[in-house]
Amino acid sequence: MNPTSPEPLIEMQNVTVSAMRDDSFVVLKKVDWKVVPGEFWVLGGPQYSGKTDLLMLAAGLVSPVEGSCRWMGMENVSTGDARLAGRLRMGLVFQGGQLFNRMSIAENVALPIRYRDNLEADQVAPEVAGLLDAMELSFCAGSKPMQVSANWRSRVALARALILKPEILLLDNPLSGLGGRHRAWLQDFLDQLWKGHPWLDNRPLTLVVTTDDFGPWQSSSRRFALLHDGRFQNLGFWMDVAQSSHPGLPELLHETP
Amino acid sequence: MLALANQQVLRDSPVSRSYSVYLGRKLLLFFLMMHGLGAFALITMGVIWRKFYVAAKVVHPHIRQEIARSGTALLPMFFFLALALGFVIVGQTVSTLARVGAGEYLGTMMVIVVVRELGPLLTAMLVLARVGSANVIELGTARALGEVEALEALGIDPVHYLIMPRVIGMALGVFSLSIYLIIGALTSGYLFAFLQGASMTPGDYFRQIADALGWLDFALLAIKTLAFGFLIAVVTCYNGLAQPLRLEDVSRVAVRAVTQGIILCVTLDAFFIILYAIT
Repeated sequence: MNPTSPEPLIEMQNVTVSAMRDDSFVVLKKVDWKVVPGEFWVLGGPQYSGKTDLLMLAAGLVSPVEGSCRWMGMENVSTGDARLAGRLRMGLVFQGGQLFNRMSIAENVALPIRYRDNLEADQVAPEVAGLLDAMELSFCAGSKPMQVSANWRSRVALARALILKPEILLLDNPLSGLGGRHRAWLQDFLDQLWKGHPWLDNRPLTLVVTTDDFGPWQSSSRRFALLHDGRFQNLGFWMDVAQSSHPGLPELLHETP
Repeated sequence: MLALANQQVLRDSPVSRSYSVYLGRKLLLFFLMMHGLGAFALITMGVIWRKFYVAAKVVHPHIRQEIARSGTALLPMFFFLALALGFVIVGQTVSTLARVGAGEYLGTMMVIVVVRELGPLLTAMLVLARVGSANVIELGTARALGEVEALEALGIDPVHYLIMPRVIGMALGVFSLSIYLIIGALTSGYLFAFLQGASMTPGDYFRQIADALGWLDFALLAIKTLAFGFLIAVVTCYNGLAQPLRLEDVSRVAVRAVTQGIILCVTLDAFFIILYAIT
């Protein structure tokens, strides 16, 4: 390995992706994609283009139908403890949050670290309180997820993904359904994470987000890819996107209010 | 996963008017279900074996909760059931046998009816109805809401976190409740028989039962009740967790799981009857 080029966190070669809920239905073919540390990827596509399925594959929750998917340096790890261990280095935020409704918000956030390190709830309480405070969630720490609005639930889901201090964070359509104030807060917070947030000891975090609207994610330093007609198209940086004449792009560029 | 996909395809395919095709499809579905259940049971046993002490501070409180849910919480109901069973079956049997002069068969009769059969099977059915159905609904809802994928994404093994506590809790719950039910039914049965004027002393009654009990009865009672609990937990967890579900599927799957649980428990009971017969 060349010391100047860090090992990719995710590397897909000629990968075929199936739908998560129906593995006989292929949503994407011939995906070649590499995520190296420090990148901020924006994957865009219309509804049912396979954004979530690709993200789930990138998170190691499903296996590719075909092709090679190196994932945290491991090749096509399909089952077992190696996959579970790899997930501890990776954060995933689902579009709906997927919080555990029977637990309080603080318990939701504490669960991954308690499970990983075999700790009692009071042993992780200061760490959880610190993260909740950093994310302005302290006011609802004792509430159940259904007692707060969807805006706050999505923030809790992000906190739960960050508690293990991952090396890469994958977010499925994070701006979907958020109010204006929460959208602005989230974009600013993700930017801080990418540049190095105190919670992560100022270490820059690699980010991958999916979206059905490129507009809010415009930035010269982010990388863009388009999922269209069952294909993965690497568009490059924003200035390349602006110059691209890809037929799938207009749909993703004119939805910003 | 392939077995599950095949089951879904078979269930969704249009109903045939041909009886042989209908029967064939049902048979195939049964074999696919058994295949899936067997694989799930083996995976669960493997996880219990390898990971019992992993994340113990998180998972062991769940095991205690499940033991309470499948055992302690059901004690009042089983106390009532023991009284009812004693009155309906044991009391009448005792007084009838005493009346016709067949009192010497009482011990054998009680051991066969209550200790070997009725106690374990009735306990299994009630735990299946009370806790097993709730299991399917809880896990099915969690699955439909994506909570299981969320666990996996957080590096938490769903079989370890969700299934292992339920399997251990149910196995120990059915075992303990069977013992309480048997003791309660035999005791209350004698009380009802005594109230009906049976001439047998308590000492004679319990001595006969103790004489009729062999070491095999204790061993097989333990194995059978633990197996019932394990089976109920595996069937209900398999139906709730091991396949992709939508919220509207949950009630249908709960009914299916309870039916499968009853059939499998009765089949296992038949296996134990054969085992008793040959030993």
